[in-house]
Amino acid sequence: MILMYTLEWKYFIGENWKKNIDVLDFITNNYKEYTGDNSFLVGPTEKSKIILNKFNELKKEELQKGVLDIETKIMSGIDNFNPGYIDKENEVIFGLQTDKPLKRIINPYGGMRMVKSSLASYGYELDKDVEKYFNMFRKTHNQGVFDAYTKNIRKMRSAHLLTGLPDAYGRGRIIGDYRRIALYGIDFLIEKKQEDLDNHSIINGSPDIRLREEISEQIRALNEIKSMANKYGFDISKPANNSKEAVQWLYFGYLAAIKENNGAAMSLGRTSTFLDIYFERDLNLGIITEKEIQELVDQFVIKLRLACHLRTPEYNELFAGDPTWVTESIGGMLNDNKSLVTKTSFRFLHTLINLESSPEPNMTVLWSSKLPENFKKYCALISIKTDSIQYESDDLMRPIYGPDYGIACCVSAMKIGKQMQFFGARANLAKALLYSLNGGVDEITNNLVIDNIPKIEDEYLDYEKVLENYKLVLQNLAKNYVDAMNIIHYMHDKYAYERGQMALHDTDVDRLMAFGIAGFSCLVDSLSAIKYAKVKPIRNNGITESFEIIGDFPKYGNDDDRVDNIAVEIATYFSNQLKKHGIYRNAKHTLSILTITSNVVYGKNTGATPDGRKKGEPFAPGANPMHGRDKCGALASLNSVAKIPYKNVCEDGISNTFSIVPDALGHSEIERINNLVGIIDGYFKNGAQHLNVNVLNRETLIDAMNNPEKYPNLTIRVSGYAVRFNRLSKEQQQEVIERTFHNKI
Amino acid sequence: MIGKIHSIETLGLVDGPGIRVVVFMQGCPMRCIFCHNPDTWTTDSGLEMTKEELVNFILKYKNYFGIEGGVTFSGGEPLFQKDFLLEALKLCKENDINTCIDTAGSIYDVDEILKYTDLVIYDIKALDKDKYFVITNYKIDNSLKFLDLCQKMNKKMWIRQVIIPNINDNEVYIEELASFIKKLKNVLKVELLPYHTNGVYKYKELNIDYKLNSEAMNKDRCLKLNEYLNELLKH
Repeated sequence: MILMYTLEWKYFIGENWKKNIDVLDFITNNYKEYTGDNSFLVGPTEKSKIILNKFNELKKEELQKGVLDIETKIMSGIDNFNPGYIDKENEVIFGLQTDKPLKRIINPYGGMRMVKSSLASYGYELDKDVEKYFNMFRKTHNQGVFDAYTKNIRKMRSAHLLTGLPDAYGRGRIIGDYRRIALYGIDFLIEKKQEDLDNHSIINGSPDIRLREEISEQIRALNEIKSMANKYGFDISKPANNSKEAVQWLYFGYLAAIKENNGAAMSLGRTSTFLDIYFERDLNLGIITEKEIQELVDQFVIKLRLACHLRTPEYNELFAGDPTWVTESIGGMLNDNKSLVTKTSFRFLHTLINLESSPEPNMTVLWSSKLPENFKKYCALISIKTDSIQYESDDLMRPIYGPDYGIACCVSAMKIGKQMQFFGARANLAKALLYSLNGGVDEITNNLVIDNIPKIEDEYLDYEKVLENYKLVLQNLAKNYVDAMNIIHYMHDKYAYERGQMALHDTDVDRLMAFGIAGFSCLVDSLSAIKYAKVKPIRNNGITESFEIIGDFPKYGNDDDRVDNIAVEIATYFSNQLKKHGIYRNAKHTLSILTITSNVVYGKNTGATPDGRKKGEPFAPGANPMHGRDKCGALASLNSVAKIPYKNVCEDGISNTFSIVPDALGHSEIERINNLVGIIDGYFKNGAQHLNVNVLNRETLIDAMNNPEKYPNLTIRVSGYAVRFNRLSKEQQQEVIERTFHNKI
Repeated sequence: MIGKIHSIETLGLVDGPGIRVVVFMQGCPMRCIFCHNPDTWTTDSGLEMTKEELVNFILKYKNYFGIEGGVTFSGGEPLFQKDFLLEALKLCKENDINTCIDTAGSIYDVDEILKYTDLVIYDIKALDKDKYFVITNYKIDNSLKFLDLCQKMNKKMWIRQVIIPNINDNEVYIEELASFIKKLKNVLKVELLPYHTNGVYKYKELNIDYKLNSEAMNKDRCLKLNEYLNELLKH
């Protein structure tokens, strides 16, 4: 047993990673690709079953109450809470956000009003002293942002043209390289940060001063992580000695992140193949068994499922089901010949069987047509059984990000530990089209939002004229959108800096600024209707109220270039407009077409559109075609989405959700697996980026809507994440059911 | 040459092996009492496409086909537009697309077509010639000649039979079917399909009388008969 305490880097090869922080070099030198099948996998241990039962009980209780408990006296922070346990005897991986499972944290740094209204909605009250002194001595991100917001931004924001901006809550979408703690231990990381601090002398004035302050904060945070772990009885100053410590050290890094921040998406990164190196070594040394390894993975995953944040009801309306986006990226290729699939890639997916299906962690398979066939088939099998996997094209992303990137939230790729994102929600481009018809006036409020847009008063809409106006609207929108984002992230860095997460990044980090589009397919079909059919606006006081459409028009989702080219043109145009404006900290512009479940709310706030969609009706999620409009089946629909360019245009991701009934996928399980593999292979070969897969019956969903108690674990994938069906609002459930199901037999 | 296409399903997963684009063609000489696609009977309607247009469309899905998948021409009766079908099949083969036709064999002088067909899905309507006529309003002779031709040309085949309550949902018929199929070679798969009523609404829309007054076939019972049939075929 003495061996256990002296292993650290023993039996690991390679030189570079030992001198400098370079996790990829460690992985490349030491991992063992696995091309076999799933027959080695084992079920959960007794201990894991006990913890799982307790977890299920807690979740059930929480669902009834809304929240189990909220800590109202202590504010968010890495080392602010006493250690907490579920069942110390049976836990093998330790650490909770607070002193009790599912007890939520208040984080006033983002905004005090958000904290107070969240507490009020669950019948809690903020501790009087906390409120008094925090307000007295500390300004929030939210206050900073609103101090700097322009009139135009405020107008666009309140008209729901710019929506969901992270100006009152944590921006998230930052992935710390939590693996670094396991590989190097905290002391080595501090040593390296200290070197960086010494190397960043003040030459050119303020930017370097800011960075020096940030590095110092990072070092402070690293010490706090060490102290927090110490309270659980672990000394993480040195590298992990064995498999169990590797998982535990890594988890402490992630835990610190979710103690300190309540970002919308708090993703995990790409950990399974890293951990596999420890598991393989210890298996070879005979100091661990397969059963024990799966136990570590299962219990780690239960801990990840416990992550929770305090949200307002309005937030839940946008992003239903209390998501945390603990996204774990699995698989992918190292190079053109060798995949990064290991046994632990299987073990992570296998938790969906051992612990039943679940939305979190958000299992994301980085897909390449060259992945080992056995792994592809296993993924398809788990998708068919649990609907809990999303797929993203490694062949598309690896050339841009290299082999060690991860997905934050749903579709946002970044190099782990080397890039971070400034998250920016989305602009409602369908509403923007109505502005181009109504002279910049909002069709719901009748307020003038954008100046100098000529009003169109024609009886029938003329495509060229509308497009010209629309481009004016987009130019103005892009300018104000960039302003808003610059302000938000300046203030977020200033008032709610993610010290712990940034400590697990290279000091000279690259930044991506991610803009977004909502209402995309509705917009595209509307333009197609104006171009190919005759569209007559019905106006009330000069503002469009509805539209009469005479004749047919090609619809996005049918693999018809006449309309799909409009989709490509608009996405590219908007991307280029955004790029005209400079960005805070020299970040790179990116753009996503992703709505999560917010397509329902955005639709609610948008008037009738020229495609025939009525006022208030939901948009399609993400880049999905509007439902009921595809006439050539599912692959035509996939092909339309695949045409939207990723590289240099929508480089923050293009989300698509695909649902199919089991009978339509094939008669036998083997047929279903092969067919699903074929669909994913083909979609990505055609250049697409992301696919959510649901294999389930419409009838099941209807039954689940009416009898939620019968389906406590029913998980479905919605626009970039998975969610328990019974956590969606009735409206969202209805929208999911109505959405295209591909069931032609 | 112009083909008349009823519709195209891009994700066909049950009409032939693998992932297939299924091209539903207009026109059929038969009038089966259980037909669920009466809107394909004539060539008066349908989307007009040249063979190039059609095959270019199919090619957009080539990345999904994998080793097994490809195109299936169905209908209607795909042989009804046999000149167009031949041209389209040739062009598919030039582009290395696996081809399949889903047919009742109601037209038999199709040697050329079969040369460019990798798999024939052959629909048996009935074994007895009188019953065949009652069910299809068409003589059985062509269908049998077509089958002969497939056998002579060594075509790989799937055999299908729709099972309808009170018409052929009994063990005796299944046994007759088994002994009929046993005499055939190159049969890769035999499937019984339960009769369903999903096409009945189309008759109302088209203002045609729907002659078969039957409930949908019970799926489990059909599955049992299918198992029985495949059991008989093993021996």
